[in-house]
Amino acid sequence: MAQAAPAAIAATRAVEAVMRDHRGRLLAALIAQLRDFQLAEDCLQEAAISALSHWGRAGLPDLPQNWLLRVAYRKAIDRLRGATRETRNTESLARLAREEAAETEDVAIPDERLRLIFTCCHPALEPKSQVALTLRSVCGLTTPEIARAFLDTDVAMGQRISRAKAKIAQAGIPYAVPGPDDWNSRLSAVLATVYLIFTTGYAVGPAEPRDLAAEAIFLARLILSLRPAEPEVEGILALMRLTHARRAARIDAGGATVPPAVQDRSQWDHDAIAEGRALLQTAFARRRPGPFQIKAAIADCQMAEAGPDWPQIAALYDVLLQFEPTAVVALNRAVALSESGQPQRALDLVEALEADLSDYQPYHAAKAALLARLGRQAEARRAYDRAIAGAANPQDAAFLRRSRAALPV
Amino acid sequence: MNYMILIYSDPSKEPTYGTPEFDKMMGGYFALNEKLKADGVMRGGEALQRVETATSLRTRNGKVETMDGPFAETREHLGGYYLIDVPDLDAALRYAALVPAADYGTIEVRPLMNYNPEGH
Repeated sequence: MAQAAPAAIAATRAVEAVMRDHRGRLLAALIAQLRDFQLAEDCLQEAAISALSHWGRAGLPDLPQNWLLRVAYRKAIDRLRGATRETRNTESLARLAREEAAETEDVAIPDERLRLIFTCCHPALEPKSQVALTLRSVCGLTTPEIARAFLDTDVAMGQRISRAKAKIAQAGIPYAVPGPDDWNSRLSAVLATVYLIFTTGYAVGPAEPRDLAAEAIFLARLILSLRPAEPEVEGILALMRLTHARRAARIDAGGATVPPAVQDRSQWDHDAIAEGRALLQTAFARRRPGPFQIKAAIADCQMAEAGPDWPQIAALYDVLLQFEPTAVVALNRAVALSESGQPQRALDLVEALEADLSDYQPYHAAKAALLARLGRQAEARRAYDRAIAGAANPQDAAFLRRSRAALPV
Repeated sequence: MNYMILIYSDPSKEPTYGTPEFDKMMGGYFALNEKLKADGVMRGGEALQRVETATSLRTRNGKVETMDGPFAETREHLGGYYLIDVPDLDAALRYAALVPAADYGTIEVRPLMNYNPEGH
């Protein structure tokens, strides 16, 4: 017999590894049977605890994931049988009994994660709850890890996730991939959540143990593998790969943000760029354009070999405006026009957006740069002051202070 | 599951009687009623009289307080409801989107409290 302590350590490591790599898939398969988020999570947790002692004694099973799933099913059956008659869920019990009879020992576990993703990103849930629930359920992050990413307390984040699970059960949010009628709008909601995860991770930086930007890229890859040939999924993955490729170059040694146009290109991740560009070409060839494809194309143009292709970027923002007619897109279009050599026209367009964007920090940063370009130093200084005061992070503030200091006196 | 579709709207934004918009709205409600019946999901539904006809009441310290109109100064008022029985929230939301008042008001979809979970 193996020594007890090393066996226990090996079992602990094995359980941790299986739960880290397969938790989302196991949970998705369990929810498909139980139709109950909380019950599925609790039973999977109990199965993991059982695995610690069983695997420590008897060694690792051949198929650890199937072992966990089977034990979790049994735990669920025990719980449902034990429930009082009033709350007993006969439908789930019948489903589970069939499942157990079929003995899924060596059958591949069906991948139900697309259903899980669409449920977690249902528009009936608050956007922040969609993000939290997706990170917890699909990516397997812990509640404290998610809380840290949002600068929330563990308690508040735990309550948010519980409320979301309760709403799924009580409001009857289906555990289903939407049909063709709802597909486009629901896919947009899922992609918006994925992109929110990406931008949150991008803002926090890679210091955290679980890098949210990498989780967002994982999610997009997962969606694409489960539903291939969706151009907007290819588009968001391209956008994230292209943006992420510049990560090492985006802050200089002095701690200031560096715009893509003047970044040190030797620090860019050229494999990521190549993958992003290939994805974008595949997506565009499908001839079903969408906002993420266009944003990826803009990112691509910013990284053109001879420097940013501003006229092309301005033209792409024109197209993006048709999909997203917002003041923020109009602002970005104006910046591209200015860079293409039309600063006065750009400033006129920007000033017309004042009413919508006066509380939006990038508005003041863009206006400051435009005024500086037109030689209106005093006004530029005032705009820089507002932009610096509202900067989202010290790196952006440092960049803006430097630009302000560079104005001719 | 049973869902209540609650129809809220600002009376000043409703189409006026005799205009083509009014006819379109009425046609929309008629079509929705027919669809709910044809699909076998209709459990009930009524329209309410205007909010000026409402009387609100509460008891405080055992004393009944009665007053004219709704308590809150809300612009959108409850104007009617449907009660439907459909498999899930997505199905309920698809019917809710067909309520003509969705164009100018707000439709709230709420599941009914289930007192007998065994049967579901």
